[in-house]
Amino acid sequence: MTTPSQNAIDIVGVRKSYGSLQALKGVEFSIARGEFFGLLGPNGAGKSTLISTIAGLVSPDAGHIAVLGHDTVKDFRAARRKLGVVPQELVFDPFFKVVDMLRLQAGYYGAGREVWPWIDEMLERLDLASKRNSPMRALSGGMKRRVLIAQALVHKPPVVILDEPTAGVDVELRRTLWSFMADLHRQGQTVVLTTHYLEEAQEMCSRIAILDKGEIKALESTRQLLRRHPFRFLRLKLAGEAGLPDALRPLVSSEAEGVIELKLDTTQHPIGGVFDTLRSAGIAIEDVHTREPDLEDIFVELTQRESAS
Amino acid sequence: MSPDQLGFYTLLKKEVMRFWSVLGQTVTAPVITALLYLLVFAQALEGRASAYAGVSYTEFLVPGLIMMTVLQNSFANTSSSLTQSKVNGNIVFVQMAPIGPLEWFGAYVIAAMVRAALVATAMLVVTFPFVKLLPQQPLAMIAIFALASASLAVVGLIAGITSQKFDQLAAFTNFFINPLSFLSGVFYSVHALPRFWYHASHLNPFFYMIDGFRYGFFGKADVAIWQSLLWTGGFFLITSGICLWMLMTGYKMRR
Repeated sequence: MTTPSQNAIDIVGVRKSYGSLQALKGVEFSIARGEFFGLLGPNGAGKSTLISTIAGLVSPDAGHIAVLGHDTVKDFRAARRKLGVVPQELVFDPFFKVVDMLRLQAGYYGAGREVWPWIDEMLERLDLASKRNSPMRALSGGMKRRVLIAQALVHKPPVVILDEPTAGVDVELRRTLWSFMADLHRQGQTVVLTTHYLEEAQEMCSRIAILDKGEIKALESTRQLLRRHPFRFLRLKLAGEAGLPDALRPLVSSEAEGVIELKLDTTQHPIGGVFDTLRSAGIAIEDVHTREPDLEDIFVELTQRESAS
Repeated sequence: MSPDQLGFYTLLKKEVMRFWSVLGQTVTAPVITALLYLLVFAQALEGRASAYAGVSYTEFLVPGLIMMTVLQNSFANTSSSLTQSKVNGNIVFVQMAPIGPLEWFGAYVIAAMVRAALVATAMLVVTFPFVKLLPQQPLAMIAIFALASASLAVVGLIAGITSQKFDQLAAFTNFFINPLSFLSGVFYSVHALPRFWYHASHLNPFFYMIDGFRYGFFGKADVAIWQSLLWTGGFFLITSGICLWMLMTGYKMRR
């Protein structure tokens, strides 16, 4: 079934349970065409279940998903041709060479020799050219990760999902992958990224969904998400042996090696007020530094708030 | 070629490439095993009265051995490919692709039939110095070969779909495939069996596959060829129905 859609992915009321565990509790959101979208959540949040459902590896108990308007069940062929998924696990077929694996993968999607130049280009871009005739089993973990990415892109899908592509890879490869993902996005592909590196999501994604315990806890642009939480961090190193006044103690978020970090709600605790309190107590400041909240702070706040309640 | 056809053809090619890349294990090894059976049994039992007039025991034995090897290898090709892909996790590459249940079914089954045809041809060639077999009823031989090989490829698919690890697959082989192969009249005519086992053999679909294949070579067999074709064809239809239902519903494949 095909319906006109402006969205790259529409997820409507998707539920999935494994026995008594509700992995997805009616998840519903859309990802616009051309977005660089981040899907974040702690381990066990349901991210991989959701991605597997989009990819057709998991059958939802309720709800439906469409990729560029194509229902992933009723019109699975069209939906899957529009989609490329990089799985989280380092899976590979041990029987084949790198280039054979990529050509076979293209064939599964109905793409023949016309994509062979694109395969060669990807091998170059992902620093795999010297490994094109190597058996898959002979590759290092990082190389296998690159082949997985190439496999997902071999049929030039307009929508790409990368499930923790930078997990366990070295800094150099992570930078290569970031640059590669950014290029894909610039070329007009919709990119959906799940990652544990929140600075990665903050850097690359224009919009973010935070999934926790099978539910969407936040869904907004990265900028809005960062603005939504009106707090900032103030790091202080106090002079001499003086301790922090009791009035400021509830604001401490961390304390290590003489550096105290206060988490300030900017609507209630202006920085000037903190300085006034310290001055009144006769405490001198040796060093001061402020830090805006990053995605990690918001992520922790959102997921911990839920745990506490 | 349409994209769907290309998807099917690629999966078929991949399955053929898979067993081709380990030809020593997938074709040479079963041929050697079958040759050993031939040497041992032919040496031990040659000279005993054959089931059919004018057919020596070794001649009687060879078609049965070929068909037994065809059945075991057809089963092994689909079941081991699928189970290995599931255990390795690389099954997701095909599961995420726009390949429908019928194409899955066709590609895996045809690849297994190609392997079975290679094994059968190799066995005919290597046994030729011992027995000069030429099919008397080539059409019947080809029909039974195709139906039997396809049936066991389908059973292998069912085993691969239901098995989550190699132990489960081994149980399938040890408790289903091997007993039915050895109790199917490969090494003897069922007429030589006591009454109970004679009747029990007639409930074994493998018996009809082997007997029908023998008919293809000698123009005579323990049961009529139409009975062998009916049993083998019926077995193929039933197992295919079960297998296609599993593939269409995602049984044990989609979580």
